[in-house]
Amino acid sequence: MLTKRVIPCLDVKDGRVVKGVNFVNLRDAGDPVDLANAYDEQGADEVIFLDITATHEGRKTTIAMASRASEEVHIPYAVGGGFKSVDDMRQMIAAGADKVSLNSAALADPSIITAGALAFGSQAILVAIDAKRASDGSDKWTAYVHGGRKDTGIDAIEWAREAARRGAGEILLTSMDCDGSKDGFDIALTRTVARAVDIPVIASGGVGKLEHFAQGIIEGEADAVLAASVFHFGELTVRQVKEYMAKQGIPVRL
Amino acid sequence: MAASIAVVDYCKGNLASVQRGLADAGFDARITDAPADILAADGVVLPGVGAFTDAMTTMEETGQADALRSVVAQGVPFLGICLGVHLLFAWGDEGQPEGERLAGLGVLPGHVERMAAIDANGAKHKVPHVGWNSVEFVDGFAGRGDAARLFDGIDDGGYFYFTHSYCAVPDDTADLVATSEHARRFAAAVARDNVFGVQFHPEKSSHLGLRLLENFGRIVEARRS
Repeated sequence: MLTKRVIPCLDVKDGRVVKGVNFVNLRDAGDPVDLANAYDEQGADEVIFLDITATHEGRKTTIAMASRASEEVHIPYAVGGGFKSVDDMRQMIAAGADKVSLNSAALADPSIITAGALAFGSQAILVAIDAKRASDGSDKWTAYVHGGRKDTGIDAIEWAREAARRGAGEILLTSMDCDGSKDGFDIALTRTVARAVDIPVIASGGVGKLEHFAQGIIEGEADAVLAASVFHFGELTVRQVKEYMAKQGIPVRL
Repeated sequence: MAASIAVVDYCKGNLASVQRGLADAGFDARITDAPADILAADGVVLPGVGAFTDAMTTMEETGQADALRSVVAQGVPFLGICLGVHLLFAWGDEGQPEGERLAGLGVLPGHVERMAAIDANGAKHKVPHVGWNSVEFVDGFAGRGDAARLFDGIDDGGYFYFTHSYCAVPDDTADLVATSEHARRFAAAVARDNVFGVQFHPEKSSHLGLRLLENFGRIVEARRS
């Protein structure tokens, strides 16, 4: 039986991890490859490097990082951010990334999803959706771009359906409302998307404690849970999370 | 001198993690597309990226296929990974027009078919099968010699990383070493004499995967001396 996955996410700029990381016994806490291996040690099922580099030069550094990760990291990894064309994706996959994550580019031109899936297989194409709940608090969400600053007005659930139909292999779903809150995932959002598509959904945004991870899987019906700061600051280890999930009856790789 | 292992590059894919996994375990692993290097190596790894038809066509054109058949016949330890295990079998139809089939290396009797999406209870499972799944040894596993040695230090039911839409179906169940389940039981590992194949990606399967690569290197070393 396939297991549910726990995925740490690392924000990378110019080849370095940007959000503060508080890890003991790490050679270089700013090195994404060293951190990915530290998470592998803890039992992470895969890692996502989110590239927030804006410049062309910085982009080359990220490709070099992906290339080094392909030698040194022995779990699957995805790279997200900055892809504008199939050629951009090809460079990253040739460097060794198992998956690429598309966000703004896919909203601007959804055909890039199909083109990527045809070139590299659906399993290599993640579509990231940053969703924000309607201001009246109802169970309606729209997709945001530019790091959650700009509302596209596109219904997030419909967008998830379209992304899946166009060949996405997975949806990485982040609640802009919950991100950073530590109050748990937006369960209604996660469950609505999980039921709308028949590809795996990765729940993201809001985890602060062990219970939240299990809720994302059991109540949110997600296939995987993603977190950043709770892991980076050592508040929880991946192993603690997986042991807790196993106790709740969730199949995990321990 | 460390045992030499040729990691065959037939797809221009990224094979760094296979090569490094073997090199870090102390073996002289080199990525190569040259038939001469394949013939000279103490052991051969055929990794898996791409589709059956493209891979087989390329390998026949470059002479890699003949070199691979030759080393298998000479008893050189050989490990196929993912697509690399599919290519060992008699035929497959991935990438072929409907109803047509293409010959594989023909080292093992059997064929390659698309993963089932519906289980015995009618429930739907996603294809491609992507993620971590447990690998169970077949009955009599412990008495399988080098096939069991490939899994030295790895417990029955250990988790490995899979990403594939097709799987091998051996004609001879005696070639099965381990199975996994997705909609139905399928071949996760096969072996016959000096030939080994795993459907999962050891190079992406953390400690257990690296252990398996190291075990393969040890088999290469033992057969060389």
